[in-house]
Amino acid sequence: MPPLPIPEHPPVAWYLILSAILFGLGVAGFLFRRNIITVFMSIELMLNAVNLSFIAFSYQLKQVSGHIFTFFVMVVAAAEAAVGLAIILTIYKNKSTLEVDEINSLNN
Amino acid sequence: MPASFMPSAQEMMRFLPETLLTLAGVFLMVLEAIMAPENKGRLKAFALFALAAALAAAVIAYNDPGPAFNRLLIIDGFATFFRVLVIGVAILAVLGSSQYLAREGANPGEYWALVLFSVVGQSLMVTSNELIMIFIGLEISSIASYVLAGYLRDDARNSESALKYFLLGSFATGFLLYGVAWIYGLTGTTDLSQIRADLANRDISNSMMMIGAACALMFVGFAFKVSAAPFQVWAPDVYQGAPSPVAAFLSSGPKAAAFAMFLRVFVTAFEPVADRWEPIVWASALVTMIVGNFAALRQTNVKRLMAYSSIAHAGYVMVAVATHSKLGIEAAMFYLAAYALTNLGAFAVITCLVGKGERFVEIKDLAGLGARQPLSAAMLTIFLLSLIGVPLTGGFFGKFYIFKAALDARLIWLTVLGLLNSAVAAYYYLRILVVMYMEEPGDTVENTQEMGGALKFVLVGSAVATLVIGTFPSLLLDVASRYAVLGR
Repeated sequence: MPPLPIPEHPPVAWYLILSAILFGLGVAGFLFRRNIITVFMSIELMLNAVNLSFIAFSYQLKQVSGHIFTFFVMVVAAAEAAVGLAIILTIYKNKSTLEVDEINSLNN
Repeated sequence: MPASFMPSAQEMMRFLPETLLTLAGVFLMVLEAIMAPENKGRLKAFALFALAAALAAAVIAYNDPGPAFNRLLIIDGFATFFRVLVIGVAILAVLGSSQYLAREGANPGEYWALVLFSVVGQSLMVTSNELIMIFIGLEISSIASYVLAGYLRDDARNSESALKYFLLGSFATGFLLYGVAWIYGLTGTTDLSQIRADLANRDISNSMMMIGAACALMFVGFAFKVSAAPFQVWAPDVYQGAPSPVAAFLSSGPKAAAFAMFLRVFVTAFEPVADRWEPIVWASALVTMIVGNFAALRQTNVKRLMAYSSIAHAGYVMVAVATHSKLGIEAAMFYLAAYALTNLGAFAVITCLVGKGERFVEIKDLAGLGARQPLSAAMLTIFLLSLIGVPLTGGFFGKFYIFKAALDARLIWLTVLGLLNSAVAAYYYLRILVVMYMEEPGDTVENTQEMGGALKFVLVGSAVATLVIGTFPSLLLDVASRYAVLGR
């Protein structure tokens, strides 16, 4: 099989397209997956796709600020994970299930 | 290291409310861990003291308005108005929560700390002048709110509410952040005034698609946070499942702060492309009002009804956003303040009436309230009339100013449809009144818990305030118009 024609320095647009695809996968996972942990992982995937965009733009603009933003995003994502996993734990304790569809007691 | 690296004393003063609240919140968490259980009642007094100090600091900070920390924050009239509003909401929320927490046997120390942290986030949201700061403020506020929504962790409804709030809130944040990334990529900055300058000066016709997409992504994030259609689905479940005082807090403070940053971003940074986003906000406002009001008609659960009502009210504020005029901003400020007071008051009644374990949450459980608890019933009547928008209440002038601003901005159809909507809304609020005064109490109702002093204070205080701004609206409107100054 001939090697794929990947340039030595791929253009920034490729990274942006990759980031868009990852973001789309995250959104799709959020909407279609039924396990809460997987849904949560999809959200993390979305945030990391955004990080990739920040880095790509930062490289293109020759600015350092985009790199710094990714650190902020990572810290926030970590804080969110700490709280989120704790909430998922209480759900499991109260309902003994992690299926999104079975968590539907709140309605009219 | 440049000389400007260290923040000046002036900047620290402008940031004082957040500093105070953060320190107090951390201190509360430490005290909570080391204090003897019988002394923990004092933690509430400490939290109230910290909030009062932050309120004073927010007012003092406006003596010297201006940017702070390399323009990351900006202390202008708009920020000060909303800072005072969110801190005030938190004071009422703390006063309205203690009886509930004692009744449910919950540990209150962390609760106060979480309220303080949430207020820090809200305060940052309304003062930030930069997209990443807005994101950080939003997350500080949201993460604390997620925990608050699930505060009674053995209650299945609480944890379900927290889960839905958390998942949908983080999902929305993802969209917001992706929008921020694209705006950064397209303009090379995240500073709101520089974005504005960039969009105004260059020929944007080539990159309109990309800018439009970035604005749309950010709009999705904001619409989620203010529970505007079509992103309102989380609100009914979250407000129904969360503890009543938390639902009161979430539907007043964070919502006002979210609207503040929505207004700031769209009216300053995206002003040059206003004619492009106006139709989207227009449509969203209309759908939000319709969804909120018509879904509320079918509700039997009081908290869920209030959730739909809060969606409908978000729709009215969206009308004010759609005008993107100074008059619209003033109207939105007035409305959010009046709504926060009314909403906190109505939830204070609900907090007391639902009884231990929140068993009496149906509208029919309110039957005969007029005879059983005349004070609560009378106050709830005032709040419901204000939510309908009856003259002499704050809600009337809120709606009046919003629709006046909409007419001035030539949004005639939106005004007509909005007014029709508020007529629909009258039906479900009046139904509660009818049940309260005209129906005999059923035998399910034996919960007549005495209302504590703090809760009574919240109740009477917000009722009086609602009536005062309904009788003398210029008191609040003058403040709103003086403070509706967005720093550039």
